[in-house]
Amino acid sequence: MATNSVDTVHVNPQLTKKDFTSDQLVRWCPGCGDYAILSAMQNALPQLGLKKEDFAFISGIGCAARFPYYMSTYGFHTIHGRAPAIASGVKLSNPDLSVWQITGDGDSLAIGGNHFIHALRRNIDINILLFNNEIYGLTKGQLSPTSKLGLVTKSTPLGGIDRPFSAGELALGARGTFFARTIDTNPKLMTQIFVESSRHKGTSLIEILQNCVIFNDKTHGAVTAKENKDDFQLHLQHGERMLFGKEKNKGIRLNGFKLEVVTIGENGITEDDILIHDAHDEDTTKHMMLIRMQPPEFPMALGIIRAVKAPTYDDLTKQQYELSKENAKFSNVEELLQSGNTWEVK
Amino acid sequence: MSGKQQTEELEKVVIRFAGDSGDGMQLTGSQFTLTSALLGNDLATFPDFPAEIRAPQGTVEGVSGFQVQIGKIDIFTPGDEADVLVAMNPAALKSNLQWVRKGGNVIIDSDSFEERTFKRAGYEGNPLENGSLQDYNLIEAPITSLTKTSLQGIALDNKSVVRCKNMFALGVAYWLFDRSMDQTLDFLKAKFKKAPLLVEANSKALQAGYYYAETVEALPSNYKVPAAKIEPGKYRHISGNQAAAWGIIAAAEKMGKKLFFGSYPITPASDILHELSKYKNLGVTTFQAEDEIAAVCSAIGASYAGELGVTASAGPGIALKGEAIGLAAMVELPLVIIDVQRGGPSTGLPTKTEQADFNLAMFGRNSDCPIIVVASSTPSNCFSFAYQAAKLTVEHMTPVMFLSDGYLANGSEPWKIPSVKDLPEIVIPHARLNGQEFHPYVRDETKLSRFWAIPGTEGMEHRIGGLEKENITGNVSYDPANHELMVKVRQEKVSKVAGFIPDQEVIGTGSGEVLVVGWGSTYGSLLTAVKQLQGAGKKVDLAHFNYLSPLPKNTEAIFKQYKKVLVCELNMGQFAAYLRSIYPEVKIEQFNKIQGLPFTVMELKEKIIELL
Ligand code: SF4
Repeated sequence: MATNSVDTVHVNPQLTKKDFTSDQLVRWCPGCGDYAILSAMQNALPQLGLKKEDFAFISGIGCAARFPYYMSTYGFHTIHGRAPAIASGVKLSNPDLSVWQITGDGDSLAIGGNHFIHALRRNIDINILLFNNEIYGLTKGQLSPTSKLGLVTKSTPLGGIDRPFSAGELALGARGTFFARTIDTNPKLMTQIFVESSRHKGTSLIEILQNCVIFNDKTHGAVTAKENKDDFQLHLQHGERMLFGKEKNKGIRLNGFKLEVVTIGENGITEDDILIHDAHDEDTTKHMMLIRMQPPEFPMALGIIRAVKAPTYDDLTKQQYELSKENAKFSNVEELLQSGNTWEVK
Repeated sequence: MSGKQQTEELEKVVIRFAGDSGDGMQLTGSQFTLTSALLGNDLATFPDFPAEIRAPQGTVEGVSGFQVQIGKIDIFTPGDEADVLVAMNPAALKSNLQWVRKGGNVIIDSDSFEERTFKRAGYEGNPLENGSLQDYNLIEAPITSLTKTSLQGIALDNKSVVRCKNMFALGVAYWLFDRSMDQTLDFLKAKFKKAPLLVEANSKALQAGYYYAETVEALPSNYKVPAAKIEPGKYRHISGNQAAAWGIIAAAEKMGKKLFFGSYPITPASDILHELSKYKNLGVTTFQAEDEIAAVCSAIGASYAGELGVTASAGPGIALKGEAIGLAAMVELPLVIIDVQRGGPSTGLPTKTEQADFNLAMFGRNSDCPIIVVASSTPSNCFSFAYQAAKLTVEHMTPVMFLSDGYLANGSEPWKIPSVKDLPEIVIPHARLNGQEFHPYVRDETKLSRFWAIPGTEGMEHRIGGLEKENITGNVSYDPANHELMVKVRQEKVSKVAGFIPDQEVIGTGSGEVLVVGWGSTYGSLLTAVKQLQGAGKKVDLAHFNYLSPLPKNTEAIFKQYKKVLVCELNMGQFAAYLRSIYPEVKIEQFNKIQGLPFTVMELKEKIIELL
């Protein structure tokens, strides 16, 4: 047993999914995509080699935000849109914690939009799970910032006229260092991405295409429906070609400055023409193009689209503590009070 | 050459420096202050600067002033009126003459008085010639040209030379009040370490001003303000914002926690952020957030994670933080919110002082959401009350609002340096496992506070949040009776703090005709006014409050000893209304001022005498 080896994979054998399940009754609507996400998370955490008390789940407001109550870890259900700021404070004050922020499209892209982009910009080492169901569920069905143009909702009886945000584009625009996309119908992919995102140093954004059965059923159907799975999901793997389709004979090619779908064997296309995914590419151009791909013209890109290294705010904070100590003229408050200009009154 | 004229000894004197906001008046004032402090005077300062960083030169809007009162007696305020005004241009004269006592000395830079500059300042004609200054002793000194002459031969451009004129003016003031130039000469050496020419030029200008004043006969005499009888000990000079920052760091160190300070720049609170950002070596994390809401939320996150979370702002920012403060009250976590009040509402008067956020502090959250509110009353006791705020928030596990204001924040005074070991102990209610299942809303019996369970601790995993919680277990609960219980518990928890704060003190005999009541930064003027009246045999006492919510236990008993209670505040009467609601039997009168300015001792005395 190489227990002392630094290369040992830190799988904590004692902990299982059950250990991460709280005693609270889960209250999402039957059939809600949130159940699968919760389960995938409870499967992912035992793989991270951390103890139960090392996790903190921080959420804002919305259906997704109830998530922390169902985890048996530390959890904080906060206020609408503000979870990135609270999670930032948690991570900076207690850097050993594995901090997960749970949010929805309204919570993070409408009321909390500012905190969302600034968390990504700072690259604090937290993981953000964005449950994107393109609707307000908890308030019973209003247009959200990701709702498709024209969507009829309670607040838009004639159809929505707001152009929707793309979480991924926004994240890259905010200079995010990690962006992955997954779907609530693929538990294996979710678990895998959760594990990977937790290993990324910096802010990880995971967009989960989640189905709200009650207010926006099948909004992601063009991607997630069984019959669309092969033709409209592109599962990206770093270093591998962007192939999809039942026969894995379709792929993404760069034609000039644009991506296009091609079929191997047609028009002289060979496997060599298909793009190889480079999640570590500093340049965001291709990642942006991948994020923008949509059915019916393209498959939806899933998996880790971008994972690049950049200094994290928490590490830089630590460095500044050290720097400040090296140059300090005092090492405690008593000395601080006595420093500088003082005088004695006799 | 007439040599030195006679020297007059004074108990106290008020001097005001005023010039264009680019003229360096704040620096001039603070140098004069520091030198006086080193000489042993008691003193208090009041910087008065425009909201615009550089308003058009020569206009009244661009005038920056600095007032300081020095004394051999105890000084509690920067003074109602100046005995000496140094005005660097017509605009400075125009906007500041109103603060000079009749018969006071007005020193002007005569080089700056010309047709063009009067016009810019909004004068019709030359104010030096139209008789408007006949009640004052006008001293016309060609400050700019003398500065230029004295710096001839130094290889600096004209602009840099002219910029030294504030040092010339300071030199005049030093001679006038018989102070040594040494402190400022040392200061200049340190400040311009990398530019020896500037050290030379500024030092020469300072000395030129001093010797000019000594030589000319325009100045009738110079004055001596001997050292005050101050309690022996080691002193330093401190401003309110610096004291607040230090008080918070001291509390964090005392409780063995790291300080996390989440903040967003806003006048007049930003200096707390600047100050704290220097002390990373003491374990201080400063987080300049994207907005006021993120600032308070990051601090709540820090408290949740087990450190001391603090945020600071002024009124507009505090308004934005309201929802998050409610969250901290709901989840019963420590949080210090510093409100450096300024004139409002809305953007209001950013650089002027007011006490109008009392209601915001008390009630500025949705639903029934009481928190602890304390206020400092002098620049230096911002240290003690920031410290107290931190102590109360962790010991009682509920947010504390600490009210300061622009006047305290930027004002400064000598401060006897305390020893950290003498500061009150802070006992942290850390949660403990005692073999039973952990419940986050189990409470301390005497304080009703819950215990602080820090993430990362084995066996205490729990969930909290803004939804109503069942008492003890902390599970989400919509039960009507539980909600009523919890609302009452949160109130009761704050009320019980009265048992842990000192009794209210009264300055005076403890009974009589009029009890003057104040809170916060009006202390200096109220105390001076009351003491002067007491000295004249009037039956007036002062009760000045620092603990506002809850009030000290003996408050009502004190009020009952007086025929009249007069509440003086720089707002429309918010504290007065609060007191009336708690003590309906006490007849409360009020005196208010809403001009962005502190009370003058004079106007307070007039009002009090009216009631006697
Ligand atoms: S409203 Fe929609 S998102 Fe919310 S729990 Fe129900 S199904 Fe899920």
